[in-house]
Amino acid sequence: MAQRYDAVIVGAGGAGLMAALQLAGHGQVAVLSKLYPTRSHTGTAQGGIGAALGNLEEDHWEWHMFDTVKGGDYLVDQDAAEILCREAIETVYDLEHWGLPFSRTPEGKIAQRPFGGHTREYGKAAVRRSCYAADRTGHMILQTCYQQCIKNQVHFYDEYHVLDLLIEQGRCAGVVAMCLATGEIHTFHAKAVLFATGGCGKMFRVTSNAHSLTGDGMAVAYRRGIPLEDMEFFQFHPTGIYKMGILLSEAARGEGAILRNASGERFMERYAPTLKDLAPRDMTSRAIYQEIREGRGIDGKNYVHLDLTHLGKDVLDKKLPDITEFVRTYLGLEPLRELVPIQPTAHYAMGGIPTDVEGRVVIDEKNTPLPGFYAAGEVACVSVHGANRLGTNSLVDILVFGRRGGRHAAKFIKENDWAPLPAKADEPARALISGLKNSGGKERPADLRDALQDEMMEKASVFRDAKGLTAMREKLRELRARYRQAKIEDQSACYNTELLEVIELGGLLDLAEVLVESALVRQESRGAHFREDFPKRDDPNWLKHTLAYKGEKKVDFRYKPVTITKFEPKERKY
Amino acid sequence: MQVTLKIKRFNPETDKEPWWGEYKVEAEATDRLLDALNHVKWYHDGSLTFRRSCAHGICGSDAMVINGSNRLACKELLRNLGEHITVEPMRGFRVIKDLLVDMDAFLAKYRSVKPYLITHTPEPEKERLQSPRDREKFDDTTKCILCGACTTSCPSFWANQDYVGPAAIVNAHRFIFDSRDEGAAERMQILDSVDGVWRCRTVFNCLEACPRGINVTRAIGEVKKALLYRKL
Repeated sequence: MAQRYDAVIVGAGGAGLMAALQLAGHGQVAVLSKLYPTRSHTGTAQGGIGAALGNLEEDHWEWHMFDTVKGGDYLVDQDAAEILCREAIETVYDLEHWGLPFSRTPEGKIAQRPFGGHTREYGKAAVRRSCYAADRTGHMILQTCYQQCIKNQVHFYDEYHVLDLLIEQGRCAGVVAMCLATGEIHTFHAKAVLFATGGCGKMFRVTSNAHSLTGDGMAVAYRRGIPLEDMEFFQFHPTGIYKMGILLSEAARGEGAILRNASGERFMERYAPTLKDLAPRDMTSRAIYQEIREGRGIDGKNYVHLDLTHLGKDVLDKKLPDITEFVRTYLGLEPLRELVPIQPTAHYAMGGIPTDVEGRVVIDEKNTPLPGFYAAGEVACVSVHGANRLGTNSLVDILVFGRRGGRHAAKFIKENDWAPLPAKADEPARALISGLKNSGGKERPADLRDALQDEMMEKASVFRDAKGLTAMREKLRELRARYRQAKIEDQSACYNTELLEVIELGGLLDLAEVLVESALVRQESRGAHFREDFPKRDDPNWLKHTLAYKGEKKVDFRYKPVTITKFEPKERKY
Repeated sequence: MQVTLKIKRFNPETDKEPWWGEYKVEAEATDRLLDALNHVKWYHDGSLTFRRSCAHGICGSDAMVINGSNRLACKELLRNLGEHITVEPMRGFRVIKDLLVDMDAFLAKYRSVKPYLITHTPEPEKERLQSPRDREKFDDTTKCILCGACTTSCPSFWANQDYVGPAAIVNAHRFIFDSRDEGAAERMQILDSVDGVWRCRTVFNCLEACPRGINVTRAIGEVKKALLYRKL
């Protein structure tokens, strides 16, 4: 039986909640999330949200926009970046008005600090732009948005996992989801659907991403013929805790922390003479890998040090309390006195479901919308991050485009009726579940996931080449075949989290294929996509967005132009 | 190192009573207990059920009773837990399956204290000003991740499940002591009720249980004090 809503939002992180707040009061709205909303990954963002408030020194949204475009290695759509940086300012004030407990300047204004790639006067020096609440800014954003949803009586379906997107007569008609508590399959008939399901970092071994970041929304849309844009661009954050991948915020370097190699050298001076340790993440992660390759990792191993020892107790206690505690808890080290072992950690998908600046999902190189279908946040690609996202801009993105998507959807549900439900709307989802539960095979899902994560780390992470990517393509073929033989031991209906993990793994395998195929075709190096066999950026041939479609037996590609309004592509130096 | 996990199991579809499962796991001393639980789930028994997400103590999914104390599985390293580790679901919440409990009533109590900024004065064009000193007054209680560890460690809550509980009071405190908030009177009324703040007997279990290091007992004390001064 189908439940009917005007709008259904899938995902309850910052983007989903922001969209819900725009839709509240404009119709019947439901928010589905496979987690309780406050468990969403927005909550783990640490360092801040970028907005040119100019509270501590002169700043302008145009400077922020330039940094965003340059940081994204000119693959950013500049019309979208302009909206991002302009609306960042009012968004931060809105959050403050909703009660977000920002840290404060002595005069009582919102406090701001430097962050990677954020500069004044188009690259002259670092600027204090990141608005923060200690080092738990994301936690406070998630809490504040959820609190506003409580106030506005938003209706939540907690612990519902999306399985399918319904499309009928060229329009979005709803979603199919599984209630985790009961295992029941529910059809949600809706005029508008907004995906805000987050990223897919769990395809890599070392990642800052939560266990739940398995690209569910991307995979569901892709299987329904929606393209995925720029999936070859995956950001590795320079400073993850060694082996565990837990994020140590760039705010640490914003407050003055320094990266050091085996000899104690501040090596970033050689790679980015102006911004040094505050160079953008793609460059910094590559620099760390390069140091390790040239034998300057600590004890010859695959990590370097983050040095916080000179920051002092007050800065660590007041401005970086959470990451200080992570270091103490997980490494047993005292960051006031000891160096912290770090390595790059898979962090953020710049690519995703293509949208326009209203959050509408677009399905081709002419930006044709699929009526009623919206996406916002990491699941989407607007594209404001281009080939490499700047720190703090993910929080700006989820809020600015979550809001724009929600607002546009609110208008859409007033002006449109429901598209008809497809016949037997839940049939494909039911078939998926019963196929997985009764595969008859003997493959242990964890073995497949281990192989996926290890191989992706080795062959498709910071450094790539045709040989590695081709080998990964073969590996994925093998893993996808074995996946069809995956064995699920738990046959119960109630909270079958083993089944859930196998569904998630299926999505990751599809998305890894898209990433690898997109990376193989793009024969250049740009932002986070670095091809050792094509180490230069190639604007004449590759200043364009990848659109990957699910073909019969392979991934099909189309390309769309980059929107350039203010800043012509230049060589990228810091 | 090898550890033996003794885990309280219950599947509502097949079990009448909970039972203890024992699992031997090869692990690094620096692994989290969550890693060991995942190891059991992935390589020994796929049906083992628990919530988890961020795996570093921020999302609040994996609070459980570990060697008798309320802890997050992702914040406990094996080297601190010994070779024999017992793991049970939080006490006082209905067990749904294995370590996974029903959090609905807990979250309803959180919502009951109006955990959102209430203001009547119009918003300025830019930010409301707040001094660092005023901001500091509620800093501790902004850290709450709603994991439930404090509430399910509280004997007053075990005795009376209508008690609003420490987590809800912590979140009320976060707003009552925010200089920008104008909803204290509404919240105070709720906390002054028969199942409100006065059920706290200052046992300090909540303080010991909080994985975020919030001084829960002090926060509750500050709310009690504010209520008393209001009456005087």
